[in-house]
Amino acid sequence: MTKAEYAIEVMDLRKSYGDNEVLKGIHLRVERGQVFALLGPNGAGKTTAIRILATLLRFDSGTARVFGHDVVAEAELVRSRISLTGQFAAVDEELTGRENLIMIARLLGHSRPAARNRASELLAAFDLSDAADRQVKTFSGGMRRRLDIAASIVVTPDLIFLDEPTTGLDPRSRNQVWDIVRALVADGTTVLLTTQYLEEADQLADRIAVIDHGKIIAEGTSRELKASVGDGSLHIRLRDPKRRHEAERLLAQTLDVSVHLESDPTALSAQVSDAQAVGQTLIKLAHAGIEVSDFSLGQPSLDEVFLALTGQPLEDESIAAKEHVA
Amino acid sequence: MTTIQPTLVRAVPNEALHRALSDRKRPTRPSSWQVSLIFFWRALLKFKHVPMQIFDVTMFPIMMTVMFTYLFGGALAGSTSKYLYTLLPGILAQTVVFITMYTGVAVNTDVAKGIFDRFRSMPIWKPAPLVGALMGDTVRYTTAATVVTVLGLILGFRPDGGLFGVLAGLALLLFFAFSLSWIWTALSLVMQTPESVMMTSSMILFPLTFVSNILVDPETMPRGVRAFVNINPITHLVTAVRGLMHGNAETGDVLVVIAVALALNAIFAPLTMRLYNNKNAR
Ligand SMILES: Nc1ncnc2c1ncn2[C@@H]1O[C@H](COP(=O)(O)OP(=O)(O)O)[C@@H](O)[C@H]1O
Ligand SMILES: [Mg+2]
Repeated sequence: MTKAEYAIEVMDLRKSYGDNEVLKGIHLRVERGQVFALLGPNGAGKTTAIRILATLLRFDSGTARVFGHDVVAEAELVRSRISLTGQFAAVDEELTGRENLIMIARLLGHSRPAARNRASELLAAFDLSDAADRQVKTFSGGMRRRLDIAASIVVTPDLIFLDEPTTGLDPRSRNQVWDIVRALVADGTTVLLTTQYLEEADQLADRIAVIDHGKIIAEGTSRELKASVGDGSLHIRLRDPKRRHEAERLLAQTLDVSVHLESDPTALSAQVSDAQAVGQTLIKLAHAGIEVSDFSLGQPSLDEVFLALTGQPLEDESIAAKEHVA
Repeated sequence: MTTIQPTLVRAVPNEALHRALSDRKRPTRPSSWQVSLIFFWRALLKFKHVPMQIFDVTMFPIMMTVMFTYLFGGALAGSTSKYLYTLLPGILAQTVVFITMYTGVAVNTDVAKGIFDRFRSMPIWKPAPLVGALMGDTVRYTTAATVVTVLGLILGFRPDGGLFGVLAGLALLLFFAFSLSWIWTALSLVMQTPESVMMTSSMILFPLTFVSNILVDPETMPRGVRAFVNINPITHLVTAVRGLMHGNAETGDVLVVIAVALALNAIFAPLTMRLYNNKNAR
């Protein structure tokens, strides 16, 4: 009898569709009360992993436990502790927002009045009161997603799965979803989310696992992961292209990284691991009288993380697939 | 490349959200029956929101009845009320049998959407969404059957079997329709889109209903066609319903219909449940 220390414990999980091995031996441990992000491109196996953990999909070998319960042998027990917000909004388009929530509340055992109260409370909390009595098919993507998450927490679950909760949302809706996730953890729910955006994982997650072609290729805190890539890419453009070599030497010295000279004769870039040092570098450039016309420090993108972790850029296939989804 | 992004301080969650989340009580799990009733309620809500569905079960049968009564009534039987005497039970059967198709379409639509995954990941009795949908369909059949019967009575349909005969005929018809709808739910779980479910079921239903004794007396048909009509279960259904409504049913016809219905239940209900439980699970 293992003590259920972990919210999720996955060992050597394998799953194939015909000849296509989609999960190639996944190991995962998610502590209670954490936000854990599964970060990976389209087709990496994120949805497959989540559907297995949510007791929906059978797998070929390995073990998967949720709060110590086997997802196959004790599926009913698992279902009573979790909630799933799938990749595509799982609400009834023809019903109103309120009816959707009342239905879920009743299915979970709330009495009729209790279900009504709970629905109103959630609609208010998710900023949906105004649209509550409209059919869901008139909702915007962001509203739909919020309703979808609201439906998942009609009874606040101990563990919630959020499969790409912000893909396709505008920045404002995305921020609302992020707030909801933060509120969920603050109140003690464990969150497993999947995303294609490093920034999202960075913003929300205590730990991140990077998944590619059915394998976890890196796992750690956001800081640990970025250490393998650098904190971000520093891009600098100079007024005077003739000073570029001087600037390159100076950057290499202060930042202690290799500096890349770009095809634009005024531009240089570097992967930096310490954002603090960037300020000093700029000051040094100014002291040396090298004028900077433009600079930016960006988060490493998922592409850069991939490049650093696998030595290969993201495949075009996944980019094409992204466009297809959007 | 994104520009400088100051690291956001983890925002304090808003108060309403916090309050909504802090309620962690889990109510007691409802029974299979209660859960099915909730899905039945969902099906009824759809009638309210999709008026087209009401149209399908009221206007469509009305049009069929009126059209066939006046189009063929005079030509085939001399007078409309004489024709209604045999036609109405047939139209009734045809209408209800056609409406069974919608069950499959509704189930397929659900399965294609994420909502199916949500229901399956909830701690509820698994077949409940299907059972609730089927219960909703019986409302559909009953509505359509009532509409056609009442309209028939207005147009001059005079059943010899009286109220009891009509109710017995309707009961047999509804039982048959319910049993038949399992075929479409099973079909809807193996087909890709609601449209293909619709196509396939109409391709089966059109010959079954038209090459039968609903509209014309099989005696007037060519031998080959007549052979098909005579083994067509819809023919037996119509004969039995006619018989019950006019108080001259042959026990044999009624038993054949009941046997076919029971066989459909025995084969397609478990098959549907199996397909349903395994759907998207492999
Ligand atoms: N039902 C299915 N049948 C066959 N292949 C599938 C099925 N579902 C997913 N796949 C394949 O499994 C791989 C992983 O898919 P998925 O888990 O959805 O990835 P992600 O969610 O990371 O985008 C993809 O190559 C996809 O084509
Ligand atoms: Mg996915």
